Formats: sequence, C-alpha cells, structure tokens
Amino acid sequence: MTQAAEVLLPSSPAEAAEAFGDGKGVTVIGGGTIVLPELTYGRLRPKKAILLARAGLAGLTRSGSTVTIGGATPLTELVGLDSPVGPCAANVADGELRGQATLGGNLCAGAGPEAPRGDLQGALLAVGASVRSTGSGGESTLPIDEFLEGRGNRLVLAVSYEEPAAGAFVALDRPHTHEYTALAVSAARLADGSIRLAATGAGGHGRRLPSAEAAAGDPAAAGEAALADVKPHDDALASAWYRQQTLPVLVRRALTMLEEAA
Amino acid sequence: MKLTVNGIEREIESPPLTPLLFVLREELEVTSPKAGCQQGGCGACTVLVDGDPRRSCLTAVAAVAGAEITTAEGIGAPEELAPVQQAFTHHYAAQCGFCTAGMLVAAHAYVEGGGTDDRHAISEALAGHVCRCTGYVKIIDAVAAAARGDSFDLAVTAEGQYTTMQSGGGS
Repeated sequence: MTQAAEVLLPSSPAEAAEAFGDGKGVTVIGGGTIVLPELTYGRLRPKKAILLARAGLAGLTRSGSTVTIGGATPLTELVGLDSPVGPCAANVADGELRGQATLGGNLCAGAGPEAPRGDLQGALLAVGASVRSTGSGGESTLPIDEFLEGRGNRLVLAVSYEEPAAGAFVALDRPHTHEYTALAVSAARLADGSIRLAATGAGGHGRRLPSAEAAAGDPAAAGEAALADVKPHDDALASAWYRQQTLPVLVRRALTMLEEAA
Repeated sequence: MKLTVNGIEREIESPPLTPLLFVLREELEVTSPKAGCQQGGCGACTVLVDGDPRRSCLTAVAAVAGAEITTAEGIGAPEELAPVQQAFTHHYAAQCGFCTAGMLVAAHAYVEGGGTDDRHAISEALAGHVCRCTGYVKIIDAVAAAARGDSFDLAVTAEGQYTTMQSGGGS
C-alpha cells in the first residue's frame, strides 16, 4: 500500500482551494472510486493527497431553473434530475458506487486504456453546463466544453446549468454494473430552442457533436453526421469499429426521444 | 483517528489513505469483508458506513474517521441472527461464501430501508455484487423473504451450526 508523503483533509472550500494551490503534484480524492485502486495496486504514488470528504463541496441546489452541484457531490444526488443528467447519473455503476463517486471525479476522469470513464461529461456538455474551478491563476468559471479541453490541474468547485426544455440520454447496455458504459449520447433542447448533442466513449473525453446538431431536424442524417465529430477508439470495452456502427443509432434514438418529449 | 466498528469504538493506527478494507481485516482482524477484486468491481468488501453500503476497498480510512462501520459480524449476533442472515440460511443462499458477507450487509441495508420483495428492486440493490457461483436465484429468494418478514424455522446442530428444519428448505 503506497502512502502519500502528505495527506490533507480540508474542512471548507477555502481550505480545499488553498491546499490544492496550483495543483502541481496533487492527487485529489473525492469519493476514492478511481484513486484508491491506483494506490492499492501501486500505480500511483502521490506526493501530496487531498481528501475532499469534509471540504464542504457536496450539495445540490436549485434556484429557479438553475441547478448548481458541488464538486464533491455524490452521484446519487444527481439521479433524480431531469434528463439527460439524471438518467446519465443513474447509469453510472451501481447504487453503492453512486453513493461514493463524486461529480468532480467524474468530470476530471480521463479516458483510460480500458474504459472511457467520465460518463457525466456528455450529459453536462448537452445542457451547456459551466464549471467553476480553482487552480493556477485562482478561481475561474468556464463553459464545460472549454474546461474539458484545457483540463488538468483544476479542482472542480461546482457545476451549474439551466434546466433544458427537454432532454434525452441513451447508452449501449452494459453486461454488468461494474463495466463502464462503452458509448452514450446525451441530447438537450435548451430554453431558446437550440439542440445540443454530446457523446461519451467516442474518443478521449466527452465530445459535442456539432455536425449532428446542425442536422438535428433529421435524426437519421444527424446520426451519420455525428461520425465526423469524433475519433472513436479501441479499448477493452469495444472496438472503434463497433463505436462507429453504434454512434449513429444512439444519436438517432436520442433525437427521436427528444422529439417525443416535446 | 477513531472508528466505531460493530458498536465498539476502536483507535486506528493505519496511515490515512489505507483502504478501510485493510484497516478492518489487517489492523482490527474483522475478516468478513473480503478482498476480492480490490478495485470496486465485485462487492465482496461492502460494509455499512453510517448505515449506507459502501465498498471498503475504495474508501480511504481518513475519509470516514469517526463513522459507524457495520460488517456482517455486526448486523446480528450468533444467538440472534438478523432477518437476512436467517433468510440466507433458510434459502441456502450461500454457496462458496466469498460474496456472502458483502451481499448480507447490502441486503440488510435494503431491508432495513423498507425495501420490498420486488425482485427487480432487489437486483438493483445488489447490482454491485457478483456471485461467481452464480447463486443469484437463491440470494434474491432470501432477500425477498426477509423483506416480506417471513419467519424462518431454524435449528442449531450439535456442531453449533444453523440449519433449516425442513429437509428441502426451498422457496
């Protein structure tokens, strides 16, 4: 069992931000569902670890149509939200893990060689969420698209978004809850009528599907168009070829569900 | 750092990032939680943390300092088994036994939380647990029976082991 040289247990968001600093050499442990096995198997030897268990970063609030979710909120608390965020959260692992895994960990989880991870990236891209984080240069709030592009060395403080007028979430079935989802598509019709689509499991982190969005009026055409927006990859769950065959189907189904939800 | 384990307060000396699983098994010698996959995929290490089922292999001990930890040893007593323990015995829900302690605490939390005998709901509650003997039918039978509040007519053998009175003991 590897132990970090320094382990901090901040008791407020301000203490967490101070402990995190510019994030260099820092391992953040939210629920621990990703980091603990890395420690157990000796694949990660952090110099400095921060446990967020008591950092006061958990909680979900609503103000009008705005939903704000603390970075250390367990996914269980997201399950009741409207589509696509709620159903996407419900599709993560099982109830025990959802009670432990945090939103921040899910947003910051990179795609590994075995699985895409980061399921909620897609749903939060679809609803156009913004991410408040701290790190080098202090606090910042960025659209999630930009946050994911520039990801690394940021501590997620909170995520907020406006509830969409309608949403849909579709995913490939998993053989067991302990598998990550190989491919999923989230769709949202925002209050202004625009449609946003995003995929997780189609290469790297969650991706917007702008070509599919432009063709959203024709679900079948949008499905084919989505292939231009992603670079599907091989991993232990599925081949790139399989992802290319199934992404158009999921996009079509998501848009059809969105139409039916109207 | 302190933990209350099965009702007894214990002082913990393990380093702060040690998985709760190893604190229980190696420091405190509470061995019902099993080290299966040690990466959250099997459920054999599940314990109750302040009443909620959690994978102890994924839980840094410092993150739950001061919490009440309950393992299969703590949900009932040898002379007074918890309903799910009686039900697992009555329905022959344990085969090799490796997954059983995790299944029991998850099932206990489900039943105590007002869970019904709906088989789909039970499957959801136990979704994080794998039984490599594939004994799921009898496990779900047992949890459903406990959720219904069935009474179990168990006897103790000369060797001190619980057994069912019926020769079949089926559902």
